[in-house]
Amino acid sequence: MAAVQPVSYNERRQRLQVRLLVWPAAFWLIMFFVIPFLVIIAYSILTPSQRYQAAAPFTLFNYQYVAKDIFISVLVRSVGMAILATLFCVALGYPLAFFIATAPKRVRNIFLLLVIIPFWTNFLIRIYAWIFIIRDNGLLDSLVREVLKLTTQPLGLMYTPFAVFIVLVYGYLPFMTLPIYTSIEKYNFRLTEAANDLGANDLRAFLRIMLPVTLPGVLAGSILVFIPALGSFVVPDLVGGSGFVMVGNQITTFSQSATGKTYGAALSLVMMVVVVAALVIYFRYGDRNAAAI
Amino acid sequence: MAQAILSNAEGLSVNAAQLRGDLAIRRTGRTIRWITPFVCYGFLWLPILILIVFSFNSSRTNAVWQGFTLDWYRSLFGLGIDSVNGVRTEARFSTRGLLDAVNASITVAIAATIIATFLGTCIAIGLERYRFRGRRLIDLIVYLPVVIPEITMGLSLQLFFSATFRTASSASGGAINPTFGLLTVIIGHVVFCLPFVSITVRARLAGMSKSIEEAAHDLGANEWQVMRRVTLPLIAPGIVAGALLAMTLSLDDYVVTFFVNGTGGTTLPIYVFSLIKFAVNPSINALSTIIVIVSMSLVLLSLILQRSRAD
Amino acid sequence: MSQKRFALLSLAVAMLAALMFSSVARPVTAQSGTPAATSAGTAAAAQSTPVATLPFVNGKPQELKIYNFTTYIADDTIANFEKLYNVKITYDTFGKADEMYAKLQAGNPGYDIVISPDYMVTQLSGLDLLLPLDFKNIPNFGKNASAAFKNPAYDPGNKFSVAYQWGTMGIGYNTAKVAKPITGIADLFDPATYGGQKKRTALLNSSRETIALILIYLGLDANTTNKADLDKVRDYLLKNKDSIAAFHNDDGQTILAQGSIDAVMEWSGDMFQVMAEKGNEKLAYVVPKEGTFRWTDNMVIPKGAGNKALAELFINYVYDAAVGASIANYTQYGSPNQAAIDMKLIDETLLSNPAVYPANFDKLVVLKDLGDAATIYDQTWAEIVAGVGN
Repeated sequence: MAAVQPVSYNERRQRLQVRLLVWPAAFWLIMFFVIPFLVIIAYSILTPSQRYQAAAPFTLFNYQYVAKDIFISVLVRSVGMAILATLFCVALGYPLAFFIATAPKRVRNIFLLLVIIPFWTNFLIRIYAWIFIIRDNGLLDSLVREVLKLTTQPLGLMYTPFAVFIVLVYGYLPFMTLPIYTSIEKYNFRLTEAANDLGANDLRAFLRIMLPVTLPGVLAGSILVFIPALGSFVVPDLVGGSGFVMVGNQITTFSQSATGKTYGAALSLVMMVVVVAALVIYFRYGDRNAAAI
Repeated sequence: MAQAILSNAEGLSVNAAQLRGDLAIRRTGRTIRWITPFVCYGFLWLPILILIVFSFNSSRTNAVWQGFTLDWYRSLFGLGIDSVNGVRTEARFSTRGLLDAVNASITVAIAATIIATFLGTCIAIGLERYRFRGRRLIDLIVYLPVVIPEITMGLSLQLFFSATFRTASSASGGAINPTFGLLTVIIGHVVFCLPFVSITVRARLAGMSKSIEEAAHDLGANEWQVMRRVTLPLIAPGIVAGALLAMTLSLDDYVVTFFVNGTGGTTLPIYVFSLIKFAVNPSINALSTIIVIVSMSLVLLSLILQRSRAD
Repeated sequence: MSQKRFALLSLAVAMLAALMFSSVARPVTAQSGTPAATSAGTAAAAQSTPVATLPFVNGKPQELKIYNFTTYIADDTIANFEKLYNVKITYDTFGKADEMYAKLQAGNPGYDIVISPDYMVTQLSGLDLLLPLDFKNIPNFGKNASAAFKNPAYDPGNKFSVAYQWGTMGIGYNTAKVAKPITGIADLFDPATYGGQKKRTALLNSSRETIALILIYLGLDANTTNKADLDKVRDYLLKNKDSIAAFHNDDGQTILAQGSIDAVMEWSGDMFQVMAEKGNEKLAYVVPKEGTFRWTDNMVIPKGAGNKALAELFINYVYDAAVGASIANYTQYGSPNQAAIDMKLIDETLLSNPAVYPANFDKLVVLKDLGDAATIYDQTWAEIVAGVGN
């Protein structure tokens, strides 16, 4: 709260300092983040045009077009896949984080490192690692067909929903593990001990005590996995082919056609609705549980 | 604990079953606990290790081990098998394209990191240490790029830039002709790197008590001196961590770069993407191995740099 | 010095070193894989065009930025031109015409020469995005071009474009993997062709061309502006979606050779290029029996080009008989360079191949610019992509 009458020299200097600190970054973000967002909203309510991509009469046509079954099913499919990938990441990430957090201090850093290094390795390289394994003439296929000679038909693992699923989980597992690790590291294990003393078995102690307390970490990790997975387009493009089109690919297909930019904008904003919904859920449940203990 | 249950009024048999059940649960928990690292680390690392191993495989098309060779690494530098193999399609690796991509990537990363670190640190200090009108709003705006899907950011930037370019071009009658290129890529990268720097620096600031700064104030230092001599040195590890994070994000980015690049804006991820999609070539394995090694070095480096977190 | 400072310093040094290395290092020029045709081409080119290095600008060699389809130029054309005139060429590629169009529509990022399909030349010139060509700088066109490509319908008087290569689109397939030879679109989608297997074919990820081929198969007008016709195409593809593995970005021939799919909708020359590689003898190319369309790709100079004079010099270079022949022999497409054909510089095998130089040239359908009606193609294409992905 600023004083009503900033009189002193120091106060004015402080004002100036704040302005100098905050404005440049704020300007950058407003110019190149907020305004582009307004631009995309504007595009989504303009008419498609071959000449200018979007032209004068305001219209809701883009939303009506994008609301067709065929595109909504793409969105639903993407949400489903993102939820599935997130759940699996939790299933793998929680035990892993637990393991690291309860490891002796000396080796803990090494185990952490083994999670962080893939996290810092180029995403595309990690996707390619899986492509190399699952594609026809890739590792699994060669193994089954030429080394073990089990079958002559190619395995056909590429370009399937399963391929997209496994690569998404693989790509985002570190994003889930690290926040959960932070949460578990702060967890006071004496709570579990107390629960055990009071007669609860391990499962009850976990479900009733540990999980709720570490929930903020789980939720943070879930958001970090769900949102990028929902909007991902690199993974479905490389390993899904035409067999599994997600919202990100659809938006890109639209934006690469001469008159489709307005549809892409509209679909993008529809996807944002889902993202905002997820964020709302996160803030409501995340905050509540953080205040619990 | 067993005594307490046994002395309970309920029958013995029920409690024994319950005990057995509890023990089974504990055993399951223990099993999960030691299986987990094998499953998870195997899952995380096996593909990478396979990639590295097969970068030395002399077979071109399939993944059966046929012999050790360094040819693929040689082809990365334009000295290898494909140069004389008569391979016609663009499955042949282009060293020049690779070098241009590396050049572009590093240039963008350096520029974006410097700008993002500077702006991010400033705004972190401003948000954390001062109260001012609109603080909540700015806080939100800084946080948003972290949670917005990249594709929305990329598309919105592309639409924004092309609308701006068109207006500038027609307003100036064709005199000014801005285009997509390295500059638009740098601008885009700063947008998503800045918030990460800010978060990292703020975390460090928040964990630091204000008493030292207040002491410096009391000793007669003005705002700038406090900032320069006290605050910045204390948060330096946070700034460095944020910078490294920004650099990694910039080097890794595909989606935003895809939407806002032009000629000369082909960064390494863009180049690698088209390689993966179009070429069937173990040169990619060799390139991947090198990138993995570089990433490992960066991680170890950041570890060394963060050792001074001791305070 | 402290460990920390050492680490930071070594990082900075490493990055600077990488930056300098990648700016300066240039690999030894790769040896060409087909010595006979290209070295003859190079020698002839050196003889027929006077060797003249162009003056530097601001102490640096002049630059030319080209934007072309993938696999669409000979091994050494770029390098030869650079050496001949001591200039620097930036050569970017794209997989489908829409991608190129989107780039130019958003504002030319500095390309001097762009290769564009016929119908798109009309679109681009209509949007006032192209510069008219100055034929004083392109004398080879008048001398060497085939009459069929002078004054085309899509660009009267060659105001903005000159033909680069032309060809047809058809089906490439692996004769060893299919149960029966493919003769047309119906076979392409028939599961019996693949022994009942699903997802063994790929289509081109380009809206106009793929839709056109299906329109021709269904007996409809390849340039229709009737949404109902396009809906029939969409429904046909969705009915057969189980056979479709992917939409390829002009790399269909590569995934076919790799074995991920057994048949692909591809450009004629791309298929012939991959068929010429060792180990790919079992691959074949066929024009669908229902018919196909004929396309012509053109060189155009978009507005905002950095160096128009140099661009026109390059176009003139490409129209040299020897250079034109070398490109045609490598890419295996039809050449608009009559002089190259007359002087027998183009391989006899190509000239006599009816898939490359079809006899019914004049009767083949040509895609036309549809103006604002093209939006229904974009819509249909988006619906196809969404629907095929389950």
